Amino acid sequence: MKILLIIAGVLLIALSIAAGLIWVERRLLALWQDRLGPNRVGPFGVAQVIADTVKLLFKEDWVPPFSDKPVFIMAPGILMITILLTFAVLPFGPNFYVFDSNIGILFFLGNSSLGVYSIVLGGWASNNKYALIGAMRASAQMLTYEVFMGLSLMGVVMMADSFSFCTIVEAQKGGWFIIPQFFGFVVFFIAGIAETHRLPFDIPEAEGELIAGYHSEYSGFKFGMFFVGEYLGITLISAIIATLFFGGWLGPSFLPPVFWFLLKTFFFIGLFILLRASLPRPRYDQLMKLGWKVLFPLALINLIVTGAVLIFLK
Amino acid sequence: MFSILRSIWLTFLHIFHKTETVEYPEVKPYLAPRYRGRIVLTRDADKNERCVACYLCAAACPVDCISLQAAEDESGRRYPEFFRINFSRCIFCGFCEEACPTYAIQLIPDFEMAEYDRQNMVYEKKHLLISGEGKYPGYNFYKNAGVDMGVKGKGTGENEEMPVDVKGIMP
Repeated sequence: MKILLIIAGVLLIALSIAAGLIWVERRLLALWQDRLGPNRVGPFGVAQVIADTVKLLFKEDWVPPFSDKPVFIMAPGILMITILLTFAVLPFGPNFYVFDSNIGILFFLGNSSLGVYSIVLGGWASNNKYALIGAMRASAQMLTYEVFMGLSLMGVVMMADSFSFCTIVEAQKGGWFIIPQFFGFVVFFIAGIAETHRLPFDIPEAEGELIAGYHSEYSGFKFGMFFVGEYLGITLISAIIATLFFGGWLGPSFLPPVFWFLLKTFFFIGLFILLRASLPRPRYDQLMKLGWKVLFPLALINLIVTGAVLIFLK
Repeated sequence: MFSILRSIWLTFLHIFHKTETVEYPEVKPYLAPRYRGRIVLTRDADKNERCVACYLCAAACPVDCISLQAAEDESGRRYPEFFRINFSRCIFCGFCEEACPTYAIQLIPDFEMAEYDRQNMVYEKKHLLISGEGKYPGYNFYKNAGVDMGVKGKGTGENEEMPVDVKGIMP
């Protein structure tokens, strides 16, 4: 019974944050561009989310007749499932997690690899040139950044001596991993942006070049799934950064641990949105060069140095 | 690398800047006196219509949204029998105002003319005609023109001399 409540709570937190982000992002972007953003519906425009949802639900949910229909319908679901499953292994508080998997980080990396399928299949099933180009770019980008996304976390794994998120948070009681694992954090953060294909790395969508990339043909609620899936991805990456490098739910005891966790998560969500507001999109080959020639060696060096230091200290 | 961090920081500082947005229905934007908005037909100081139905506005209009029909009253003075502007076509370019020789047609700073029914966008003369003089108070076309239309005698107007006697021999 308790586990059901926790599952409901985790789903509620994750989905409501992801939906609320639609409004938060528009307001923050507007502030950073000297505008006001949506402020009409409800207090401060908060009900804009509900208005948008109602609009998406009642729009025509068009499945193109030239598409591969089963795959086309399945693709947005895969994205939601893979991201939501990862929330299961994240500790929101000392006893607030769905299950404490001893392969938590591997589970997260596996799920984010599976998430590529959603975009590739969505773009492929659309039977549309732009969607296919977007999907192709997405697969190359996400597979590239997947490699050192995993490698950059191995320093944390070595220091905590565990793949479990809960154990890693416990291991940070002496000090957050951001200090010894600073380069791991930088690599993971950049890889996280590429993995959620957020701006400035929104090359699969690149509305200036590819209309809307892999979801060009999607409309109605299926588009809404991709849309919310993107925000769920931001929430997930921010939560994982907070968990692995910034001590997760650890914090001074005058506030409940869940609050500390959400506070840290929201800080990184804000950083994601700030990056969108300030940086231009790099060219496709620049992104690949950055990945293979800078971040990949950096992750490897970080891994080797961390290992050497740990052996030396032992 | 440094420039990327710097641009992120500078963008962040914009959160403390004043926003440019004007919250329109509550706060009205300032419109300059020469703003080109709704078109009106003005009258002169004697409350007579300025329009002499010369068709220059209709000819100047690039979207052909003005239509009118000239008529003459008993004293021979021309006036528009009907004057119709289709505002769903009007592009508010102001060419009609520039073309008007009598300052009759003028664009005023008002743009709030949305309608639910397209037909209501067609303004007839009674909708266009205002009782005031608009941007050029005191101006009366017939006081400056050469013709005698009961306003002044020939050659007695402002900035006007008596017509030259073409049959005279004096220099």
